[in-house]
Amino acid sequence: MRWIKIIERILATIPVMLGVAIMVFAFMRLTPGDPVDLMMGEAGVVSQAEIKAIREQFKLDQPLIKQLLFYLSGLVRGDLGTSFKKKEPVWDLILDRFPATMELALGSLLLGLAIGMPIGIWSAVKQSSALDRVSMFGSFFGISMPPFWLGLILIIFFSAYLGWLPVSGRIDYGLEPRFITGMYVIDGLLMGQVDSLISSLEHLLLPSVTLGVALAAIIARVMRSSMLEVMRQDYVTLARAKGNHEFTVIHKHALRNALIPTVTVVGIQIGVLLGGNMIVETVFGWPGIGRLAVDAIFARDYPLVQGVVIIYSFTYVMANLMVDILYTLINPKIKL
Amino acid sequence: MEEKLCLDIKNLTTIFKTGKGKIKAVNDLSLRLGKGELLGLVGESGCGKSVTLLSILRLIPYPGEIISGNILFEGNDLLKKNASDIRKIRGMKISMVFQDPMTTLNPVFKVGEQIRESLAIHGFIKPMDGKRFLGNFFDRYRRKEERRQVIELMEQVGISMPESRYVEYPHQFSGGMQQRALIAIALSCNPSLILADEPTTALDVTIQAQILELLKRVNQERNTSMILVTHNLGVASEFCHRIAVMYAGRMVEVGSVDSIVQKPLHPYTKGLLNSIPKITKKLQRIEPIPGNVPDLIDLPEGCAFKPRCQSAQDHCDDLPPLKDLDKGHFVMCHLY
Amino acid sequence: MRRAEIEDKGSMQNRIYFLKIRCRLFWQNQRDIFLRMVAHRSALLGGIIVSLFILLAFMAPWIVPHNPFEGDLFKRLVPPFWMPGSTNYLLGGDELGRDIFSRIIAGAKISIWIGFLSVGISILVGTILGAFSGFYRGLFDELISRFAEILLAFPFLIFAIGVMAMLGPGFWNLIFALTFKGWVEFFRLIRGEVMSEATKEYVEAAKAVGQKNWLIMMREILPNVIHSLIVLGTLRMGYMIIMEASLSFLGLGIQPPMPAWGSMVNSGRPYMLNAWWISTFPGLAILILVLSINLLGEGLRDILDPRLRID
Repeated sequence: MRWIKIIERILATIPVMLGVAIMVFAFMRLTPGDPVDLMMGEAGVVSQAEIKAIREQFKLDQPLIKQLLFYLSGLVRGDLGTSFKKKEPVWDLILDRFPATMELALGSLLLGLAIGMPIGIWSAVKQSSALDRVSMFGSFFGISMPPFWLGLILIIFFSAYLGWLPVSGRIDYGLEPRFITGMYVIDGLLMGQVDSLISSLEHLLLPSVTLGVALAAIIARVMRSSMLEVMRQDYVTLARAKGNHEFTVIHKHALRNALIPTVTVVGIQIGVLLGGNMIVETVFGWPGIGRLAVDAIFARDYPLVQGVVIIYSFTYVMANLMVDILYTLINPKIKL
Repeated sequence: MEEKLCLDIKNLTTIFKTGKGKIKAVNDLSLRLGKGELLGLVGESGCGKSVTLLSILRLIPYPGEIISGNILFEGNDLLKKNASDIRKIRGMKISMVFQDPMTTLNPVFKVGEQIRESLAIHGFIKPMDGKRFLGNFFDRYRRKEERRQVIELMEQVGISMPESRYVEYPHQFSGGMQQRALIAIALSCNPSLILADEPTTALDVTIQAQILELLKRVNQERNTSMILVTHNLGVASEFCHRIAVMYAGRMVEVGSVDSIVQKPLHPYTKGLLNSIPKITKKLQRIEPIPGNVPDLIDLPEGCAFKPRCQSAQDHCDDLPPLKDLDKGHFVMCHLY
Repeated sequence: MRRAEIEDKGSMQNRIYFLKIRCRLFWQNQRDIFLRMVAHRSALLGGIIVSLFILLAFMAPWIVPHNPFEGDLFKRLVPPFWMPGSTNYLLGGDELGRDIFSRIIAGAKISIWIGFLSVGISILVGTILGAFSGFYRGLFDELISRFAEILLAFPFLIFAIGVMAMLGPGFWNLIFALTFKGWVEFFRLIRGEVMSEATKEYVEAAKAVGQKNWLIMMREILPNVIHSLIVLGTLRMGYMIIMEASLSFLGLGIQPPMPAWGSMVNSGRPYMLNAWWISTFPGLAILILVLSINLLGEGLRDILDPRLRID
């Protein structure tokens, strides 16, 4: 019943993914600049035979359509090609860095929710109070802030000036925990390695705040406006008339309804979160796929760029799917 | 022989502070309700009937405020009680039925659960061996008992197939059934007073009759007092023992239903009765009351009906006193 | 009665008459909106600051205290005026000895232009495509909607970075990168509105009288939508400016020596520890500009269309 619908949804994303793959491919091929030249530039003088061999190896001598087909067939098998520059399989390169990006995204998401939701709820409940005005103005700041700048300011202040937190990287050298998920915080927690945990948290804090602030601002605003809508409804009055404690009225009766539009917005923001990753990773020297992508684009490393973009899109689509599922859980009127 | 009063409202004034001025929604209202009595509160939209009901349970939303008066319920002044005592009374001793059942039921919770909530809040079912707090929460016996009572309630109010209806959501119910569910919520803790705010206005005429039947039965079986708010004098005359007519926040006439219908005293009441086309008379012109309901901001001190009254005189600028003309038939008009 | 008389008199005269009435109503409406905007405190604040920026931007060549392009090597990394060792460089000097304050003013023009143009073009493209899609439906609608959906699967920045890397830096390339994904939102908005309006009866009536399709769209549908467009456009402008700054920050947008705020922040990175002002002030400028644009947009939303409450 439900599961079939979910699988249907997943299948429906395939044409979109296909479109994405083709688009990325087309874009990359349209780029001026021969990747072989770029590769060869490093090696010095090269003979024609070697150039030809490279072209064959990367199938650059085939007509475009064939290249596309090769690429697509590889995708289906899970093979994303080999990086021009690094000569390693793209998949491995991505997988290596994926947990880092995931950790950052999760950290920012949690921070954003933890700050944004309570503020949104309380602003709505105590409407027009000092808290409301301050937080609404603050949220304006949050959404107007360029993330790269915020990151730099935080670094300047907390790392350079105060020296409380590290400047960049994920963890202090040598403190990486045993590998389970690849996410240092979780691994540190699971393995009970406290100094790994602390070090990775220290490193995670500033980047998460940078991304989380904007997210929190948006969540707070949506939460507030939907709570205001909801609190005016008759069923909230009924909940009070039944004799519920005000706390229950707000957090049980009103909140569930107010979450509905909020979840939708958060879903959209996840995409922004993934995009913002690139900037923040660059600013903080975070070794995730965002940085990988930026470097790859500069280097005209087609397969790597393609791979990264596809993974990004895939993650985004999956995240949206999960948001949709969550949505149906909250709102009984919608059945996927 | 002094009949114990269920409800005794004395000089209640409720205002709303808006940007444009103070609205006196309820203006120095005094009203009495005996045990087991069905009182109809009649008047046009905006005359303060709903606000009166909400004031009794102290459910007035911001920016409204009850600024003076006493509301004695079974001898105790409700306005002097603290929040926690009021919560015990809401839903338990006094319960309320609202106007539009579609918006009054919380759309994200199952109907059965919403009815059960009333029982749960007031601890209606005593746990088996006097367990407290956390035990209370998880006590399966209690939950089963509550569920059983809810199903019984649903049967009593006339919801067919209650077992399957229990797990359904409000949008799956028809209008009449939703209203029955609301009545079930109101009845759940066997209150002494039910406040019904236009419970039939949003329903079809046939369903209307059924609902009113139901309420009447409840009154007869359990001796529950009720205040029925309606703008439909016909409904009120069918249903109630006594009728009170409200205009612009004041009560202008009150008396037994026969007295009011056969011998209406106040010009407004006469106007209301004349507005109802009578099925017995052959040709008739419908005689509406000229003019509009006054804006409740900054009302003049005198009789508010003066602009529309055909027998208006100069001394109507002073507020007429409430006079008892005929054994419990009170009227507020200079004509008497 | 009067109208009937006029209808008879001759269509040219009628048209002028109605046009005059419409114009007058229009301007009255605008005046009303303007007055309400002035009364709305945060919109007023936003509006004032934005106007200030625009003024600065256009008067830049005349009011900059120092040349934003030429650096004085003796004034490298000098601190802003309240700190010891400062010179007449108000907010300090950058790594090539240029006055940061002047560069900020000069950069305002670029940022504002880019924000304005990219949003403007997005609105144009999105509206036209959306109107056609919503009205005619069919294959065209399907194709474009699918395309839009695929575009949406990309996070914005990645897409923009990709395009910029492909096309190379440059003003118009940047605009292209920003608008290529930006039109989708407006497309959806217009399409939705057009679809819901197109089923209404007055459109059928107009068609029955033989009214041309695009005239129907312009006259009936547009006025309803224009308010949402303005609000959304204003809010999006801030976002575009941040995107442009982010791209310049990565070195993919406006290139030095052009004073783009984003690249200024980037060039200050190596000097974070000892010359923090190089990165801080341009970023602050971005923050203030975007903040005021957002305030203005919010105010406009309050005034024009309280329905659009949710972001």
